[in-house]
Amino acid sequence: MYTETARTDRTRRQRGRPSPPPRRRRNLGHRILGSGLIEALAAPHGADRYLELVRPGWSVRELRAEVTAVHHPAPDSVTLTLRPNHLWRGHEPGQFVRCTVEIDGVRRARCYSPASSAHRSDGMLELTARAHPEGLVSRFLHEHAAPGMVVGLEPAAGDFVLSAERPDRLALISGGSGITPVMSMLRTLIEEDHRGEIAFLHYARNPDRVPYARELAQIAVQAPGVNVAFAYTRGARGGGPQGARGNGLAGHFSLDHLSAIAPELAATEIYVCGPAGLIDAVRAACNPERVHSESFVPPALTLDARDAAGAVSFARSGIDAPNSGATLLEQAEAAGLKPAHGCRMGICHTCTCRKLAGGVRNVVTGEISSTEDEDIQICVSVPAGSVALDL
Amino acid sequence: MTDTVPKLTPEQLDIFGQELDAIRQRVLDDRGERDLDYIRRMIRIQRGLEVTGRGLLFASCIPPAWLAGVTALSLSKILDNMEIGHNVMHGQYDWTGDPALSGHGFEWDTACPSDQWRHSHNYMHHTHTNIVGKDRDLGYGILRMSEEQSWNPYYLGNPVYAVLLAVFFEWGVAMHDLEVERLGSGDIAWDEKRDLLAGIWRKASRQVLKDYVLFPILAGPQAALVLVGNATANIVRNLWTCTIIFCGHFPAGVIEFTEEETAQETRGEWYFRQLLGSANLTGGKLFHIMAGNLSHQIEHHLFPDIPAHRYGEIAVEVSELCARFGIPYNTGPLGKQFGSVVKKICRLALPDRLRGATPAPAPAAAAPPADAPHEPLLVAG
Repeated sequence: MYTETARTDRTRRQRGRPSPPPRRRRNLGHRILGSGLIEALAAPHGADRYLELVRPGWSVRELRAEVTAVHHPAPDSVTLTLRPNHLWRGHEPGQFVRCTVEIDGVRRARCYSPASSAHRSDGMLELTARAHPEGLVSRFLHEHAAPGMVVGLEPAAGDFVLSAERPDRLALISGGSGITPVMSMLRTLIEEDHRGEIAFLHYARNPDRVPYARELAQIAVQAPGVNVAFAYTRGARGGGPQGARGNGLAGHFSLDHLSAIAPELAATEIYVCGPAGLIDAVRAACNPERVHSESFVPPALTLDARDAAGAVSFARSGIDAPNSGATLLEQAEAAGLKPAHGCRMGICHTCTCRKLAGGVRNVVTGEISSTEDEDIQICVSVPAGSVALDL
Repeated sequence: MTDTVPKLTPEQLDIFGQELDAIRQRVLDDRGERDLDYIRRMIRIQRGLEVTGRGLLFASCIPPAWLAGVTALSLSKILDNMEIGHNVMHGQYDWTGDPALSGHGFEWDTACPSDQWRHSHNYMHHTHTNIVGKDRDLGYGILRMSEEQSWNPYYLGNPVYAVLLAVFFEWGVAMHDLEVERLGSGDIAWDEKRDLLAGIWRKASRQVLKDYVLFPILAGPQAALVLVGNATANIVRNLWTCTIIFCGHFPAGVIEFTEEETAQETRGEWYFRQLLGSANLTGGKLFHIMAGNLSHQIEHHLFPDIPAHRYGEIAVEVSELCARFGIPYNTGPLGKQFGSVVKKICRLALPDRLRGATPAPAPAAAAPPADAPHEPLLVAG
């Protein structure tokens, strides 16, 4: 549930890749609709542009999913059950997906880690998002998601994943909304009848904010070798659900918390997802060789448009240049690129180009935008800080 | 015919520009779900008409079905090209982030490849509107639409060329960027246009394959009727789009400009030129939709990238603004505007001396400095 987050700080330590989940076969209908004849008849728009009008989730070429159930596992969280279309190729436990929704006419994409098992038999995908006060998408999902809604997806990505050869001893540590990828790992391992020891340690501000608390309590009771503990960083004393070891945890991460539920720490592979502070603390306390982590950071919310600092990165050409403060078209030309352009005054949209990251100011309207992955007119856009363009 | 174009001081032009910027900004700030719902509704209607039309044509042996099929398919092609294609390709819906509505990605149901259209239309025509020698939409390199184009005997055929252009309009548009007349005269080499030719070939062959090969074959014994039906729908669309587009820039009162006058334009002067170089059509809601809202050509030229269904709403303000500055706001019903276009096409077929035409006095459209070299501005009409 990576609301409003950018993923950074990934460590990779993998022994081979986990086997991909079984693929769904393309049935006859998909094969006919995806055929050259249908595409030729549906030219120039393509078959999808007709199919989606019959049913929004239908698509021959675009990965989409329909929301089939919505519930609120904690007051500020929302869990969506999604039925992806035939193009979904599954995910590895720990990976994230980019999910696109339409809010007031504008498509917005965010990354979320599925919490569901990689082996879920009904092919459904479960995403949990926490509604941050500034989180446009997470708040929208929290307030408006309903069964029948269709969202866009991209194939699962990210290398914060369980190693293919499952370790005997694992510690799954999470903070706040970082619980989802490790929840997927735990559920996957249980479905695989994992025989070793799993310690699941989750940090939350208080007990109200723990999604999956009931399911985790049940797992702790029923699954042999799984120890679950919650620690609360604001006041309340945490502990393990009934039947678990490690009662009475409070405050931020300490080695004591972990060793209480993972006695043989030296032989334990540690997967941690949460704020940078948690990851740093885990890495400092344990053998960093055994720590696999993923952290999330909130995007910068303030932008100083007069700031000619930072760098401009032309991602496709592999060129980086310091931001000169000129329009992005001029900076691209100064870097030796020849982007398509026309009027150079914001009229013709010939120069429209995808901005991958960073903030820009429109010199005509003065508007500042820091939306990730949006199309901008580079002839009338100047960078506000660092910017990455698909150019 | 407008003999007098108002002289505006640079300060007045600045204020005029700022007022138009304010209108534009207000619409941009208000963009949202309403606009997306609108264009999606248009797309649903268009796809519905297309599927219905092609379906009915499979029953071509029943004459009313053929007629209904051709009607539905013609309407579908008109909507696809005008209210949807032309407007989406202007980037009017880029802000939605929907790849199906991306100005750069959209491809339309006509022979012209969308990327060439974006160059010849969005850039060349919209940036250099009505500048003789720069805006190739002034006569499309085929017709004589301005007295600035010197007469030669070829232009005696002006009305005939215009009719041919209208019937085969999609092909004229497809070849627009090739600048065939300059290729013919040897001004540019065929080699320079090789990529454009390949693009036209790719797009046009897909269009031909669909309309004139695959759908007819699928109709089995009715192949010929489907082929004729598809051809008719394409021609109906050609005639309609050509009519609307000619009425946007060629009616009496629309003004042309020279390169010299417009070399150092301010934003206010640019707006001023767009306004004087365009003409509107009056009509009902359905008419505006079928015209792709290009019946609000003035508003479209002022603000090419705001959703076109908003033009009608802001037209009131724009015309009031023009009245305030004493700028003529050229509008009229289709019959009147089209009549004056036809008249102009016929009139310009003849050499100037036969018509006894005299160049109009130079009106100060965005008046150039007195010492700047400039040709007298020609007022059409």
